Amino acid sequence: MSTLLDRYAKIVGEDVVDHLRQLARALEGAKVVHVNSTREGGGVAEILHWLVPLKQELGLNATWEVITGEESFYQCTKSFHNALQGNAVGIPESLLRNYEATVQRNAEALQDKLEEADFVFIHDPQPAPFLRFCPNRKGKWIWRCHIDLSHPYRPVWKYLRQFVANYDASVWSLADFVQPLPHPQYLIPPSIDPLSDKNVELDSSEIDEVRERFDLDSQRPIVVQVSRFDRFKDPVGAIRACRLAKGFTPFQLVLAGGGATDDPEGERVFQEVQNEANGDPDIHLLLLPADAHRTVNALQRLADVVMQKSIREGFGLTVTEAMWKGKAVIAGDVGGIKLQVINHHTGFLVSTPEGAALRIRYLLKHRSLLEEMGRKAKEFVRENFLLTRHLREYLTLMLAVTHETQERIELG
Amino acid sequence: MLEPFAVKDCALIAIGTGERAQNLRELRDRLLTTHPACIYHHFWGGLLRPLFDDPEYQNEFAGWAWHGLRDARLAEKLALIDPSQCPTLDDLRRELVEVIEERLDESEFIPWAKTNQQFHFVRSQIVVFDTNLRIEHPEALGELLPRLSVGSIFYHFIDGRRRTASRKDDFSEWLSGFGESCAGVVERLSAVDPYFSSLTELRRELEAVFRSCPAVEQTS
Repeated sequence: MSTLLDRYAKIVGEDVVDHLRQLARALEGAKVVHVNSTREGGGVAEILHWLVPLKQELGLNATWEVITGEESFYQCTKSFHNALQGNAVGIPESLLRNYEATVQRNAEALQDKLEEADFVFIHDPQPAPFLRFCPNRKGKWIWRCHIDLSHPYRPVWKYLRQFVANYDASVWSLADFVQPLPHPQYLIPPSIDPLSDKNVELDSSEIDEVRERFDLDSQRPIVVQVSRFDRFKDPVGAIRACRLAKGFTPFQLVLAGGGATDDPEGERVFQEVQNEANGDPDIHLLLLPADAHRTVNALQRLADVVMQKSIREGFGLTVTEAMWKGKAVIAGDVGGIKLQVINHHTGFLVSTPEGAALRIRYLLKHRSLLEEMGRKAKEFVRENFLLTRHLREYLTLMLAVTHETQERIELG
Repeated sequence: MLEPFAVKDCALIAIGTGERAQNLRELRDRLLTTHPACIYHHFWGGLLRPLFDDPEYQNEFAGWAWHGLRDARLAEKLALIDPSQCPTLDDLRRELVEVIEERLDESEFIPWAKTNQQFHFVRSQIVVFDTNLRIEHPEALGELLPRLSVGSIFYHFIDGRRRTASRKDDFSEWLSGFGESCAGVVERLSAVDPYFSSLTELRRELEAVFRSCPAVEQTS
């Protein structure tokens, strides 16, 4: 029977998968626990959906735990998210006390398991104080920050820093995000799973069905932005770009997004976007369920151009997904997008709706260039942003963190 | 009888140092004191981590001189520095500082980058592991090359130059032990410039060297 890793070997090559097996040998049987705040919706959950089973297949004893809380807990953690990405958000003391109590309750329920683990990965700020409630921990604790922390709102970062400073290490998507902390700060960009429903090849009949379901015209180009309805993703800016470009070249804009269970602002932002679209029949606003992965896949494949007009971005996995489908991407010149969109090669980086409009017009006019960029984009993702590279770096990190800051670690 | 060649593999993991530079003088000052592993990382680390395969400049200092400082003249001069010509990382550091100081001397003002275009100093940890593969004869090395991981290629052909007394790659070092019969392949290996190739391309170049050296066949 073919294993998951065998299936990936067909995409990335046997040598890449052999390399993973060799690296994992030194970690066989290690107890690894990942903790985050949602099982569905958003990039972190998507990563954990493949990361944990693959670690298991490589012989590690990996598990995934999710913390839960009431509405006020998620309000607080969403405010953290907004503040860490630069918004000056004051958080009431009562919300902070409730946050700490919720985290403590969750930590106590998992305490035995966490204290026994050889490696604990705590994802993002939501469960960050866990370390404090596990005084008898025996393994290495690593805080994984998926957020663009390059310009945090200082009072909120100061509050959260106290919880993460004592970790053995932290992991960041980009060097630009790193904040001073008294431990090694590893750099690991995230990745996508080419075999997930979101990225797997689809039959043309399935793609056509999605086109018909959302009443998209097959005769006019389609520009697609896929992301949660979140102000940092600038869906309103995407509509403005569309308005500016549409006068010159006819096309349809699709803004498709799901909600994450830990994001209470989604509905409000969706309302703002609806107001901006003002009933324009060429602007399709699709509020999709969190598990509509194949629909998102089909929409990205239907796109002539993919847009990600973010004004802050941790990494931008939707950009990676689009590039994997051979699409050129027009995207905000922020965060991890800069690592993926190489101007004039895999797409264009823009800073304004005007810039996005200009590039939409340019790409829809130069179709051969659009195809060439898409080809380069796909190969760039194959080499750098598939989960095998990500998994390799996680395994390397686990080996490295047990040897502190030694520059060269010789195993065996 | 020579020891068999022990095939090793490696993986790099990058660490942000928190050191950054926003102008050319800051870059020079950080370069004077930064950990040698940072210099290594910004010249060679790109081979084992995400980097577009068609960069305008081969090292990240040169890339930043253009993309961050918009100083094409400096970028060209920095891009010309070939790390494989510098015996040690401190020599490489001196070479970099020399070029930057020359540029500072001739500049009427210090070039600055925007806040979101700062240069971030990054270093790496390298994890080396034994594949348990052993090669007894030179021709077996040629046969195995197409199946070696890019990590093995990096470890033996690039990282080896930091470890061996002769500053040669591990393959050349081992093959030299076979004397005249491998002199041809060693010479050809020395002509392979690893600086402008991806590791996959480098593996192909090494395979071509072995294919074109019949002398290797006669050693078995």
